[in-house]
Amino acid sequence: MTSTATTGHEKLTMAQALNRALRESMAADDSVVVFGEDVGALGGVFRITDGLTAEFGDTRCFDTPLAESGIVGMAVGMAMNGMRPVVEMQFDAFAYPAFEQITSHVAKMRNRTRGTVSLPMVIRIPYAGGIGGVEHHCDSSEAYYAHTPGLHVVTPANAADAHRLLRAAIASPDPVVFMEPKKLYWTKEEVDLGAELPGIGRAMIRREGTDATLIAYGPSVPVALEAAEVAAQEGRSLQVVDLRSIVPFDDETVCAAVRSTGRAVVVAEAPGFASVASEIVARVTERCFHSLAAPVRRAVGFDIPFPAPKLEHVQLPGVDRVLDAVDDLQWDLS
Amino acid sequence: MTRDLDLLLPSPHPVELIDPTGRTVAEATRELPDDAALLRAFAGLTTARRINDQASALARQGRLAVYPSSHGQEACQVAAAQVLTDDDWLFPTYRDTAAVVLRGVDVAEAFLPLQGAWHSGYDPHEHRTAPQATPLATQLLHAVGVAHAARLRGEPTVALALCGDGATSEGDFHEALNFAAVFRAPVVFLVQNNQYAISVPLARQSVAPSLAHKGIGYGVPGERVDGNDVAALLAVLGTAMARARAGEGPQLVEAHTYRMQPHTNADDSRRYRQDDEVAGWAERDPLARLETWLRQHDLLDDARLAAVTADADQLAARMRTELAGDATPEPAELFAHVYATPTPQLVEQAAVVADELSREDAHR
Ligand SMILES: Cc1ncc(C[n+]2csc(CCOP(=O)(O)OP(=O)(O)O)c2C)c(N)n1
Ligand SMILES: [Mg+2]
Repeated sequence: MTSTATTGHEKLTMAQALNRALRESMAADDSVVVFGEDVGALGGVFRITDGLTAEFGDTRCFDTPLAESGIVGMAVGMAMNGMRPVVEMQFDAFAYPAFEQITSHVAKMRNRTRGTVSLPMVIRIPYAGGIGGVEHHCDSSEAYYAHTPGLHVVTPANAADAHRLLRAAIASPDPVVFMEPKKLYWTKEEVDLGAELPGIGRAMIRREGTDATLIAYGPSVPVALEAAEVAAQEGRSLQVVDLRSIVPFDDETVCAAVRSTGRAVVVAEAPGFASVASEIVARVTERCFHSLAAPVRRAVGFDIPFPAPKLEHVQLPGVDRVLDAVDDLQWDLS
Repeated sequence: MTRDLDLLLPSPHPVELIDPTGRTVAEATRELPDDAALLRAFAGLTTARRINDQASALARQGRLAVYPSSHGQEACQVAAAQVLTDDDWLFPTYRDTAAVVLRGVDVAEAFLPLQGAWHSGYDPHEHRTAPQATPLATQLLHAVGVAHAARLRGEPTVALALCGDGATSEGDFHEALNFAAVFRAPVVFLVQNNQYAISVPLARQSVAPSLAHKGIGYGVPGERVDGNDVAALLAVLGTAMARARAGEGPQLVEAHTYRMQPHTNADDSRRYRQDDEVAGWAERDPLARLETWLRQHDLLDDARLAAVTADADQLAARMRTELAGDATPEPAELFAHVYATPTPQLVEQAAVVADELSREDAHR
């Protein structure tokens, strides 16, 4: 699969890359509609939908009344009737009123209609910490969705992936919960939007390394990369895997990576208990047990409500917590 | 029990007792509150305006993480606090910090969450004031619950629940009205219709004849009031509270007002509204209107005004010192209140944090 329309290198933030993906998808397919809270004139509180109403008109990108269950429920109906809705939840914690629609209908429609009704829709959710947000503005809610069979759960860690994966999500015949790490929205980088990148369901190696593998996704990928950089200066070679897609999960890439080093640490912001990180540890342990020199460790958030924002540095796994976990990988035994 | 539709219908125009020029409305449908109440309201308005100005300044300086100002909506803030007795409960939103302070909560505690604390600041029981709610409309059901429990326990409590125009679109708003009506709970819902939900104007939020009409379908009487006329608010809310206290059930009050400033200091309102619209509402300012009226009725002179202003200044000064933002919160506390007794895992995790932080300190 290649993404059409844009080629060539340019400097873009993740926010701009997402905006570009929406534009291209809307231009390519009239059935793509964007709606949610403040996505019209304001362009979304994070400006991801900036200019879409001006360019495509307010039947293609529009504000709804303030009701998340309404937004997702209406998207279900529109997707049942030939459209491809891309809806925005304003913040992670404000998607919860839509939880009923997401878990009972978005996730189950294909299955309960034995494949006759598909829901090609995308639910975009800005998520996780790192922006100094006050109460209720920084939840790591990915596990709720990942735990719900029927939903694809995707989370980019850079602008190129944001563009590539959002286009793929909109083109997908299945509903995709598209989780956007807020703290990466404004990171500018050189991207080639025409480059061929793996689609949904594939992880990527972000940094080669031989001593241990860091497995990360979304907001934790830059932390893992930074930790690998620090470790390199200390003489330890860490490999970094970026999941990109939580569901479907790329067992093949992740396990091959772990087998190549024999040690692994999972890095994630969410509270560790019953989390995506737990699932990764379980899968890797089940599949790579005989290649492992030490138990797989986690550098994750504590099991507390997100403490915004004065103490968020205490909650979020930083380089030190990652390297502590790496240090615990029983090096003296090998 | 079916209710007569006439009893549920809001008046065709918002109740107004003092007009925007500060004159008593001739054909007013309610009695004016007494002089003492209006003087108290004036002091409240002055304080609330100062709180807004000072908090906005602190947000600009980065002393507050964010501030959603209620500038222009102070009459609603003041009336909401003033109609409550010590038995009553207030259920405020993120925009209602002024009401919370006027209810008696210390500014140093009220502003903690906006400063970036991990918790909601004050002890809700102390002032019978729920934590300020950010997830929209969710607090309305809690108000119904508190009110219903009070009835079951034979307490004279009425719950006053605040929300915005946008929040009336959330499912919880509708469920709260219905529950309150079915259980005849002593709740008053005050919708501060400030014409916007962030960027979305009321016209795109609802095409109901008014937000107060939303009560009809649930059997909850609705009333509309000029939200910049504190006299009218005191009268309408006072009646609603009295009705609720007398066991006559919930009421929905829609206050017509205007959010004079951006949604928060982080918002750019030029993207969705015109300056002249804002200027038009400046002429309906709640503070100026009551000041004119009080002066015309010889209830306010320069000396009295100076005294009221001095009190407000003192509060602002306290905000500047208390909210200087130097206090470092204690990380260990993050693990103390998740459950009544921390789980074994949390005890372990607290130790991990202590270790991480001590090594960080050693680094410095
Ligand atoms: C459930 C939920 N969805 C979205 C938000 C984000 N949000 C915060 S304030 C706001 C607008 C609310 O408008 P309104 O109810 O009119 O109150 P106002 O801010 O104008 O006082 C929105 C969308 C939220 N806090 N909670
Ligand atoms: Mg509003």
